[in-house]
Amino acid sequence: MTEKPPQVFDTGIGSRVRRVEDSRLLRGQGQFVGDIKLPGMLEVAFVRSPVAHARIQHIDKPPTGPMQHVFTMQDLIGVKPILATSGLKGFQVSEQHPMARDKVRHVGEIVAMCIAPTRAQAEDLAESVVVDYEELPAVVDMFDAVSPDAGALLHDSWTENVFLRTHVSQNQPITGSGTEKVFRKLRTSRQCMAPIEGRAVLCHFDQRLDQLVVWSANQQPHINRTGIAQCLSLPEEKVRVISPDVGGGFGYKAILLPEEICCSWATMRLNAPLRWLEDRREHLSANANCREHAYDISLTVSSDASLLGIECNAVVDSGAYSSYPFTACLEAAQIGSILPGPYQMKFFDCHTSSAATNKPPILPYRGVARTGVCFALEVMMDIAARKLGVEPHELRRRSLVRAEQMPYTNITGKLFDSGDYVQCLDRALETFGWDQWRNKQRLHNSTNPQKRIGLGIGMFCEQGAHGTSVYHGWGIPMVPGYEQCHIRMTPDAGLEIQIGVHSHGQSMETTFAQIANSVLGIQVSRVRIRHGDTASTPYSTGTWGSRSAVMAGGAVGNACEALAKRLISIAAHLLQEPADNLKFAHGGICTLDHAKRIPLEEIAYTWYRAPQKLPADVDPGGLALTAGYRMNPDSGTFSYACHVCAIEVDTETGFTKLLDYAVCEDGGTLLNPMVVEGQLLGGIAQGVGTALLEEMPFDENGQPLATTLADYMLPSADDVPPVRIEHMHTPSPFSKYGQKGIGEGGAIAPPAAIINAINDGLADLGAEILMVPASPQRVRNAIKLAREAA
Amino acid sequence: MKAAAYALNTTGSLETIQQQTAQDEMHKVVAGGQSLGAMLNLRLVRVDVLHDLSVVDGLTDIAADDEYLTVGAMVTHARLEDEPASDTTLQFLSHVAHGIAYRAVRNSGTIGGSLCHADPAADWISAIALLGAQLVIDGPQGRRTVAAENFMQFAFETDLQPGEVLTRIRIPRYPQATHWSYRKHCRKTGEFAMAIVAAIQVPDTGVCRITFGALDGPPLTLSGDSLFQKLTSETGREELLSSLTGHIAADQIVLHRDLLRQVASDLGAFK
Repeated sequence: MTEKPPQVFDTGIGSRVRRVEDSRLLRGQGQFVGDIKLPGMLEVAFVRSPVAHARIQHIDKPPTGPMQHVFTMQDLIGVKPILATSGLKGFQVSEQHPMARDKVRHVGEIVAMCIAPTRAQAEDLAESVVVDYEELPAVVDMFDAVSPDAGALLHDSWTENVFLRTHVSQNQPITGSGTEKVFRKLRTSRQCMAPIEGRAVLCHFDQRLDQLVVWSANQQPHINRTGIAQCLSLPEEKVRVISPDVGGGFGYKAILLPEEICCSWATMRLNAPLRWLEDRREHLSANANCREHAYDISLTVSSDASLLGIECNAVVDSGAYSSYPFTACLEAAQIGSILPGPYQMKFFDCHTSSAATNKPPILPYRGVARTGVCFALEVMMDIAARKLGVEPHELRRRSLVRAEQMPYTNITGKLFDSGDYVQCLDRALETFGWDQWRNKQRLHNSTNPQKRIGLGIGMFCEQGAHGTSVYHGWGIPMVPGYEQCHIRMTPDAGLEIQIGVHSHGQSMETTFAQIANSVLGIQVSRVRIRHGDTASTPYSTGTWGSRSAVMAGGAVGNACEALAKRLISIAAHLLQEPADNLKFAHGGICTLDHAKRIPLEEIAYTWYRAPQKLPADVDPGGLALTAGYRMNPDSGTFSYACHVCAIEVDTETGFTKLLDYAVCEDGGTLLNPMVVEGQLLGGIAQGVGTALLEEMPFDENGQPLATTLADYMLPSADDVPPVRIEHMHTPSPFSKYGQKGIGEGGAIAPPAAIINAINDGLADLGAEILMVPASPQRVRNAIKLAREAA
Repeated sequence: MKAAAYALNTTGSLETIQQQTAQDEMHKVVAGGQSLGAMLNLRLVRVDVLHDLSVVDGLTDIAADDEYLTVGAMVTHARLEDEPASDTTLQFLSHVAHGIAYRAVRNSGTIGGSLCHADPAADWISAIALLGAQLVIDGPQGRRTVAAENFMQFAFETDLQPGEVLTRIRIPRYPQATHWSYRKHCRKTGEFAMAIVAAIQVPDTGVCRITFGALDGPPLTLSGDSLFQKLTSETGREELLSSLTGHIAADQIVLHRDLLRQVASDLGAFK
């Protein structure tokens, strides 16, 4: 049940409070793992495989000097492999040893770790490790991997190079008169997530606390702690994970890395602090790979322009290993359930395969499977609309789930909580000025054959903050349950809030303080949000899946309310007023008529320092407590958005230029609209990268070809157009304040909207872009192909 | 990514630098380090000694006389960008400098360093060829001068002999009436170019030069009285583009074609 935010202050829920975090981050005063130094700390460099698939015949360790060490997997006696299994039927398990044991399965896989007083010395050492590889055929393309004659098996005990196949089917396809069917093969390139801060680990063993302490640039310190403890066979209380400031994550920092296991083991073995800071080359070539989807997809539409059904065979290139905790089938298996998007339809049939290839494991990236799914479905919607000769928004308007149907269970059983998708579409078109742009386009394109303007739409709804009921069936190593919050008031009425999720840019130090402000009337500046340390925060699966505002936000709200009851009962005694005649006002509690008032400081002082004044029946738990929260139902919130853009395509050079971009989104109750807009803009920048620039190609031997930022193109400021944002506010009936998970959405729709715009501009040439990024070369090739066909 | 250990010579004696780099190929000069630094860190290049040219006297001077603007090899891109007053090329140098990478690179990278690195996709190697500059080279055998068009021989290879150091670039003065255009296609702002086309035209004299850059090897410069006329028609421009055959993959010429049309338009060759 959604509650109205209890009281509205000007810095409470829904207000544009400036970010508490900005002062330190913008002044360069943030504390990241790379800023921390411990006395006697040694640096780590890894020897990484230069080949994609090989048996390791022999490793020759170099002689080492003082404070220099070289370890291989043979030294890590008893260390268990990382196992990210899935309970889904037919899942084939991969064992990812922290360092390669007998075989390497992708370029960049760790073969040895080298330790020295400086990173340069450690790299010198790494250079002198000689490894004898017996090369095996590399399985590079996902379609080769899933074919019966793949040439080589990645994992010896497997039957084929596929982690998992799934099939979802609802109802028989409709065919015949009154229907049109369009079919295409679509692809998204492999990408790399690119947080400004790479992964980083600093660990040491604290003898006083008998505890391994691991500082890690991480989104989910508790899950990492569990994973490290399991691999090293340590009881969990013997491990403490601290995530300090984290410079962006996007999913990459929600993964337990082999590097963390290696460093944790070695710091105990050597009894010396160790640090590994990932460099950009390791980051690009060995670790942060994501998004590589292929869709053979057909849409059936009725001749009066509504969607009838989807048939699809999707393959995701999952790379060599199943990553902990999200597994290798997170993306592919989700495609089977989220491909229908925000639409209603009569039938649905989708096969998926998670292909195993000799490439780095595919990791969840902002939007996870949704960016690829939205690209595939929305590009097809435009292609179908063109075939029917209607505007792309017409087909959508007649196919979207309508407001009066909410809450709505869709064809794959997803429970859409609330919203008005048609209104969202219409408001996006209006904000963008669709009809005006159409006129401008006609005028422009009729006089300028080289540079054509095109318009495109991308829509989606995004399940976020999904809980136990969704994840328990997956059988992954992590199922989110109740989110908890420890809260306590200091003797001078400050508020300390401890939560198990961790911010890597979500502004939670601001938005959760706003929740406390709404409930307790306390100034935002007197609220301290503490997160990122397993020693002081409640267990949590961490920050992922657009869940923190809903789940941790709900827990903070419940904790504040429980504390409020205790504060009110003390205030009632001190003011000699009945509790139901009291309410919170700025910094204190007053009677409903404001005649009597007591500051929070006085109540807190009484509890801690003048207990003789407390009522006899006071709650002995005092001004500290733990509260929990879980949504009911916990199937998740569905935020949604419509992105619309205009692009100019140069038909000679293939260069494109975004001319205009508008978004209408609905995140329910926004805790802080400014923060939501920031999330949207950041996501859109990443989506522009997916659509136009970012690509991690591999050659036929599995060698990565974009191993520096000179080759891997990220969007810059001038690649991202100004974005006009329109908000809708349809509260979720399932979350505490009606808030919905919205942090990922910005990155979902841009590839769909942008490619649709390009295809719209090229429509009369008959050219179509069916693979992102739409590089100038790809655009030229598409035009060339169309000209040859014509 | 840390470079393998090397010694850094910051004594600033050009003579020592010439002697030592002549004798030992593991001695190299660094002239801003914006490319070399990255290659050292990636361990694609190794040296025993790096000789820092930034401390050698006289290499950061800019001087003008009636005939030439002389730019020291260690003048940074940023300085050329910022000091249009000393630019006797009608702001051509400052325009080119402004388009190189991003400001942090321009603050350290130098014109001489860029020329000697001889990346075909970098800017100065094409820009200086267009201007018909002379490169002043000081070596163990004394001083010699090379025409900019002959300096770069292959991708990443120049005419410099062991021990030689490029010290100055002499750029002829152009009259006020001169028109120029410098156009490039980059995947995104500040990236190395995928194609460069530049032209300069002095109306009264009929002097016209066109440089095609970002080719497989050195840039290609054409000059002659009839060039401007060729720019005015599509047939003429196609004739100019045909000279690129063998210098670049056929399917890449499309980018130069587009730029050549823009350059022709910039020079007023057609409306």
